[in-house]
Amino acid sequence: MTNLASRHKDEIWRRVAIVTPYLWLLVFFLAPFAIILKISLADPVIAQPPFTPTFDKQGGLSVSVDNFRFLLTDKLYAITYLRSVLMAGATTVFCLSLGFAMAYGIARSKPSTRNLLLLLIVLPFWISFLLRVYAWMGLMNTYGVINNVLMWLGAIDKPVRLMYTDFAVFVGMVYSYLPFMILPLYASLERMDMNLIEAAQDLGASRARAFWDITWPLARPGVIAGCLLVFIPAMGEYVIPYLLGGPESLLIGRVLFDEFLVNRDWPLASAVAIVLLLLLVVPIALLQRYRVRDQETAA
Amino acid sequence: MKNFIHLKGVGKNFGDFVAVDDVDLTVAQGELFCILGGSGCGKTTLLRMLAGFEIPTTGTIEIDGVDITQQPPYDRPVNMMFQSFALFPHMSVARNIAYGLRKEGVTKPEISKRVDAMLELVQLADFGKRKPEQLSGGQRQRVALARALIKRPKVLLLDEPLAALDKKLRERTQFELINIQYELGITFIVVTHDQEEAMTLATRIAVMDKGRFQQVGTPKEVYEFPSNKFVANFIGTINTFDGIVTKVLDDQIEVYSDEAGTSLRALGKQLVEVSQKIEIAVRPEKIFISKEKPKDSDDVCIQGTVDDLGYLGNRSLYRIRLESGKIVQVSSQNRRRSITRFLEWEDNVWISWRASSAVILLD
Repeated sequence: MTNLASRHKDEIWRRVAIVTPYLWLLVFFLAPFAIILKISLADPVIAQPPFTPTFDKQGGLSVSVDNFRFLLTDKLYAITYLRSVLMAGATTVFCLSLGFAMAYGIARSKPSTRNLLLLLIVLPFWISFLLRVYAWMGLMNTYGVINNVLMWLGAIDKPVRLMYTDFAVFVGMVYSYLPFMILPLYASLERMDMNLIEAAQDLGASRARAFWDITWPLARPGVIAGCLLVFIPAMGEYVIPYLLGGPESLLIGRVLFDEFLVNRDWPLASAVAIVLLLLLVVPIALLQRYRVRDQETAA
Repeated sequence: MKNFIHLKGVGKNFGDFVAVDDVDLTVAQGELFCILGGSGCGKTTLLRMLAGFEIPTTGTIEIDGVDITQQPPYDRPVNMMFQSFALFPHMSVARNIAYGLRKEGVTKPEISKRVDAMLELVQLADFGKRKPEQLSGGQRQRVALARALIKRPKVLLLDEPLAALDKKLRERTQFELINIQYELGITFIVVTHDQEEAMTLATRIAVMDKGRFQQVGTPKEVYEFPSNKFVANFIGTINTFDGIVTKVLDDQIEVYSDEAGTSLRALGKQLVEVSQKIEIAVRPEKIFISKEKPKDSDDVCIQGTVDDLGYLGNRSLYRIRLESGKIVQVSSQNRRRSITRFLEWEDNVWISWRASSAVILLD
């Protein structure tokens, strides 16, 4: 009897465990998405809220895709999206190559030093993100640390312009997102049996060959997770381009901010957000399919 | 005997730690050679130097007349079977086995032919498409063996090949290994901590301790004629008696032992002198046990009482307490089928052994 009761209880908890993430997605993703979608199909008005209602007074549906049409025809937006993809892509690739080497080094170090190194990777999170980006301003200013040191060394005669360039944004992004790449990579590399690489070498593979045959495929889940964790937030990044980027380095996060809060064109801003989401869904879906295929061949 | 593998003064230091110390060894082609020792004795380091994962600090390694001391692992005519098996988890069994041939650039039809033959040899013909995680421990072991054999290496290195298997499977696999080795004629070098495994597998055994070879010989030599105390104690169980040499004759010596309470005789050509302190050692199964004093006066006879006994099915173990308090282990075959015990606790017994059964240990 008690056994039956406890099993019943287990069953309830099991359902709670399954339903909770779906509920979470519904409340914090699907519902906001529906609201944004609804706003994106309205027209801006100077009122409270600043957009036309979805249903007019007669109860008829009043929607338009004008905002999307505008986004697709105005070249400025297309360029901004492209610039964002390139910036996020470059950040991801650079984080991956740098992060892989670092994660590999940490995973292969002695267990005692390993924990210390991991702590050093996580340590910057103890300081506010905003402060750390400000610190980069101090480093890259015209008379900031980097320029001063370079001039003192005699490498340059007058300060190089670092701040308010795409380069500054890139540096800021790589700096901020690198830990998100290292941690999942470390997790998948740390589990790997070093004997596998020795076995590959023993069977005739050079060091490089063994890396591509063994290490890389086994690290792939970490690579995919790391790339998603870097690419997705980098696409919508607002703070770093705003603080480190120049007026000409337009990225979609900034456009989104400006449309919402400066122009108060909520419908257009919502459309921008929806298109951004679609741009993100494509690589995620591709990688997800890759991962599923990986698991299928493994099974 | 052709020197197929030749190690000359091979040593390896890790910082201050001497893992392998000045090892000389020759192994003939087609031998199944075992390196036996406890953990940390340097046996794995020695194997890794043969595989090319460690470069010796001193000395040279030759295989088939070629100095391979500095060669990287992928250039050596040597393959290794890892203790963990180290199967590539993302590849099927067939791809695991084919890996070595693919790196060699063998043509595809040739690869598939040889992989099939190899799967047949290790009795896994229907398992080619499976992933390693879908196999049992014994099957994984066979895949690892097939993968290491497919390039037809001159030497196959096996690191604790049977350690991951359970007892029954281990016994069966031992004989499979010997058969495969015999069939292919490849020289095997096996590293193990399990003396029974070494005894059944090997044509010759090297007993290793503290980075050095303590004795190299056939299983019989190592067991029956241990060259020092370490080897005698490491392989099997042995009873030892401290004593002082009282007589040195042509072919045998007499030793008085307080522990035994009598004089012991042993055959030996070792250079011992009168009044030298030595040890006499006897294996438990070389000792006879009886209730009455044996008539054959030529044997060494000592009286004692049964301190403890254990029934193991095929044989019984006795611990006999001598007058001096010394405990002697005796093992005897249970030849007769009986429900009653031949001996009980505290029975007075005689233990005896032939002088030829005793081993003289010097250090």
